[in-house]
Amino acid sequence: MTTTENITSSSAADLSQALQAGELSSVEVTRAYLDRIAATDGTIGAYLHVDADAALEAAGAVDAARARGEELGPLAGVPMALKDVVVTEGVPTTSGSKILEGWRPPYDATLAARLKAAGTVLLGKTNMDEFAMGSSTENSAYKVTRNPWDTDRIPGGSSGGSSAAVAAGLAPWAIGTDTGGSIRQPAAVTGLVGHKPTYGSVSRYGLIAFSSSLDQAGPMTRTVLDAALLHEAVAGHDPLDSTSIDSPVPVLAESARRGAEGDLAGLRVGVVTELGGDGHTDGYEPGVLARVAEAVALLEGMGAEVRQVSCPAFDLALPAYYLIAPSEASSNLARFDGVRYGLRAGDDGSRDLDEVMALTREQGFGPEVKRRIILGTYALSSGYYDAYYGQAQKVRTLITRDFTSAWDDVDVLVSPTSPTVAWTLGSRVDDPIAMYAADLCTLPASLAGVPAISVPCGLSDGLPVGFQIMAPALADDRCYRVAAALEAAQDAARGHALLAGIATTGIATKENAPS
Amino acid sequence: MEFHRSMSTPSPKGQLTRDEVAHLAHLSRLAVSDEELDLFAGQLAAVLDAVAQVGKADVADVTPTTHAVPMTNVMRPDVARPSLPRDVVLAGAPAAEDDRFRVPRILGEEA
Repeated sequence: MTTTENITSSSAADLSQALQAGELSSVEVTRAYLDRIAATDGTIGAYLHVDADAALEAAGAVDAARARGEELGPLAGVPMALKDVVVTEGVPTTSGSKILEGWRPPYDATLAARLKAAGTVLLGKTNMDEFAMGSSTENSAYKVTRNPWDTDRIPGGSSGGSSAAVAAGLAPWAIGTDTGGSIRQPAAVTGLVGHKPTYGSVSRYGLIAFSSSLDQAGPMTRTVLDAALLHEAVAGHDPLDSTSIDSPVPVLAESARRGAEGDLAGLRVGVVTELGGDGHTDGYEPGVLARVAEAVALLEGMGAEVRQVSCPAFDLALPAYYLIAPSEASSNLARFDGVRYGLRAGDDGSRDLDEVMALTREQGFGPEVKRRIILGTYALSSGYYDAYYGQAQKVRTLITRDFTSAWDDVDVLVSPTSPTVAWTLGSRVDDPIAMYAADLCTLPASLAGVPAISVPCGLSDGLPVGFQIMAPALADDRCYRVAAALEAAQDAARGHALLAGIATTGIATKENAPS
Repeated sequence: MEFHRSMSTPSPKGQLTRDEVAHLAHLSRLAVSDEELDLFAGQLAAVLDAVAQVGKADVADVTPTTHAVPMTNVMRPDVARPSLPRDVVLAGAPAAEDDRFRVPRILGEEA
């Protein structure tokens, strides 16, 4: 049973049950999180904005509705956090950028509206790499976010505020967004579950766009079941997003529950050679490869048939991504012109629009955003388009073909989520190429638009390792089934959830240490 | 007009000169500083070197993928919906005047 003592370490599913059973009120749950945020977020730095009064008011409204006997959904009263890329009506939204400092959007993103309608309580907006460009959250224009497992290390990125918040017990669960790995990699390095849905299955309406053909929002949670529940709450067709898929969302929570029973008989699992396999181990930490191999053995022990699968074009996913995403970003970020929202610089009456725009963007954007805009502009320039952007789009086709032929032989593909565990803050900030390498394993699924989940598979040097499970488009349920089986088997062997170990290795010891 | 000037002679792959970065920054409406130009030229040359690997792929007869979901011509009923209230939208603007966005002058002196 969930009690006030363990509210901030409970799964969202357990909180939901306790709320429905009347064992806890939403105000109690919300206050427990707000208290913990007040006590520890000074160290962690997960949030850019917290409005305690608004959260308690929303929680009180749910409690009052429940007291009146109103019909409430299962998530009513459960708190949550949103990555600051999600537009929220009247609530400051910056996408981690100074160019949007102080902006209070006039509308809600579809996923924010759906979570509001479900009765969830918004705790706050989480830190992120500026415009979701980064793998460590160090590109935030506002603050550093620390990994709760070791506060000298990065929480991953770009959804690093969301990962740190959930891992540190500052939110039961959170929404992240993933363009090249920005849900999965931060989930992996903080010991969480993170799922990038099939492209088009969660509405992009109201997500501040980075790379429109790749961006997708999804859940970051403590358990596989929680991820499935949050995913179901935000998924489904939205006429306001023209790339939204108009077909039923597969049954996700039920797949997670069935998966946790541990029977994978007949499931065909392909281990991707190009992602850490024979001849492709450069840049991968041995500890990561060992944990992943153990996870594969666990799947085999539950009846899965495991084979190696070669996907040669995956070797070119990183260069293709770092042409396509900056190209789309250079176009998307043209909307920040200092006219309709956010910052305007240098408007002294003497300068014309072009000059004011250039000064505004110079002052409002950070270095990584500028680098990517310049790179994207280059890749789209006449004379370079075919060699760079056009060629990258063809490589994207080759990557999709590798997936398609793999699905002839296997039901899911697996790999490490990231080649390394969380690295030390500051160690890659001056080296964009080293930073980009964190996305090596997550990029193929992004480029092909297929679903992929990261689920914890143990520790290496005391830090979490993520296991990635990829499935065909619209077969997100397979990700949840296999991830839940792995989670259940590991928790049973360990005697507790991986995150329970954080109390002794990370935040508890660091926050008591003198700074 | 300079805005429409195409890039001069393409440089070899993996090279990106300081002048080219300055030109690209101008095209991108970024008033970058000299220090940034020095920094970005080096970093972008390294990035360009890495991304140029896409050239290694054999793409004869391969069609480009612009989008993971093969959808075309998404239609919906043409029904008028209420728009956002003007005052709410203008409240987020850096400058507004007479119920409109106020912009700096658009035409240069020479125009």
